[in-house]
Amino acid sequence: MSREPTSRVEIEVNGQIVAHDVPNRTLLVDFLRDVLDLTGTHTGCDTSQCGACTVHLDGIAIKSCTIFAVQAHDKVVTTIEGLDPDGRHPLQTCFQECHALQCGFCTPGMIMAAASLLNVVPEPDAEDVREALEGNLCRCTGYQPIVEAVLRASKELAQ
Amino acid sequence: MTPFTYHSPATLDEASALLLESPDARVIAGGMTLIPTLKQGLARVDRLIDLAGIEALYGIETRGNTLRIGAMTRHHDVATSPLVLARLPGLATLAKGIGDFQVRNRGTIGGSVANNDPAADYPAALLALGATVITNRRQIAAEAFFTGMFGTALEEGELIAAVAFPADIRCAYAKFANPVSGYAMAGTFVALAEGGVRVAVTGAGPGVFRSTLHEAALRERLHPDAARSVPLPEDGMISDFHATAAYRAHLVSVMTARALEELLS
Ligand SMILES: Cc1cc2nc3c(=O)[nH]c(=O)nc-3n(C[C@H](O)[C@H](O)[C@H](O)COP(=O)(O)OP(=O)(O)OC[C@H]3O[C@@H](n4cnc5c(N)ncnc54)[C@H](O)[C@@H]3O)c2cc1C
Repeated sequence: MSREPTSRVEIEVNGQIVAHDVPNRTLLVDFLRDVLDLTGTHTGCDTSQCGACTVHLDGIAIKSCTIFAVQAHDKVVTTIEGLDPDGRHPLQTCFQECHALQCGFCTPGMIMAAASLLNVVPEPDAEDVREALEGNLCRCTGYQPIVEAVLRASKELAQ
Repeated sequence: MTPFTYHSPATLDEASALLLESPDARVIAGGMTLIPTLKQGLARVDRLIDLAGIEALYGIETRGNTLRIGAMTRHHDVATSPLVLARLPGLATLAKGIGDFQVRNRGTIGGSVANNDPAADYPAALLALGATVITNRRQIAAEAFFTGMFGTALEEGELIAAVAFPADIRCAYAKFANPVSGYAMAGTFVALAEGGVRVAVTGAGPGVFRSTLHEAALRERLHPDAARSVPLPEDGMISDFHATAAYRAHLVSVMTARALEELLS
């Protein structure tokens, strides 16, 4: 193949429409990080396991390392940067208060997966939270504080 | 990953025509298997044909006694569908146990069935329930569709449009998931079909299969203990660093008993 085939990709990212020509094999996570400079979304395992790259596609948690940017054309993507303009979303403050992170690498993915759960199950129990975060790996916390943080945030959001 | 052109057809016929243009053309559904495979260099694609824009492939509906699930229906939709929960709850349980939240938000029934991973969950349900795979060309009974590890009866340019399940059959699924991958080390789907009890097994052998030994034992006595005491021969079971063939054979009996417990409760 002489020239790398590209596509015009138009996506609403964090409330703003962006349009770029990118090679078709560009993964969404690389589009977000390298083209848009939204480096809050992390590439962890790059094998669809760890969930560090979790973002919302039309409001639903997905792994952005396992979708091409062109597949998100005409859709709405929310990253950790778009969750709250001041970085003070209840999930973010509760993660801090509950010590739900140490190195912080998995945190954006954890929070985006949890936010997606709270969109559909506003008052989850611990079991719901553990189930929703099954696709997110953390090597620091042992998960307990993460579950607590999500439960606390759900209560704050419900008020 | 090598470069490819991207196509987004609006109909299945268009997708099929594009697929026939090159031996390295591939369709993508949820991408949960295809993209990791491309990243590892285990597959190559020069034309990527996205099925996401084909409206006709979405949705769950009943037609008489069948439950028809469109190929692009995501695992999450099957797990939470009121129709599936009411008319084939065992299938909803199965879908809820696939991979993780994000995987269920992208992965589709069509992709899973077309891929026929020897440890995938859906093939066991199709085989036990006697489902029919509906393609752009014909209807294929599950028995004839799955042809061993990653093998299916799909021909060149043939695509799955939907899967039709007979509804209102008492059924249940139990899987012993690999703690790392979540895939079945043994998963057993038990269905009390019209012709008698049917037991289909995934994860344990080189491809999904019906365990006639368990079916015979359960015909004699429909009780979890009857399933548990079937000595399934280890011949033909997978043996790898996760589990030996003997361990998997044993798991099949235990999972069959658990599924039956669930079904009879
Ligand atoms: C972390 C992780 C955990 C997982 N755990 C499990 C698990 O526990 N159990 C399980 O069963 N699966 C599991 N999976 C696999 C998952 O279920 C996939 O969704 C499924 O295998 C493929 O579906 P897809 O829609 O993503 O297909 P894709 O990856 O898009 O496609 C898979 C293959 O099918 C072909 N194809 C897709 N749609 C059609 C169609 N309509 N007609 C013909 N061919 C088609 C494609 O060309 C490709 O070859 C897991 C995946 C991941 C990443």
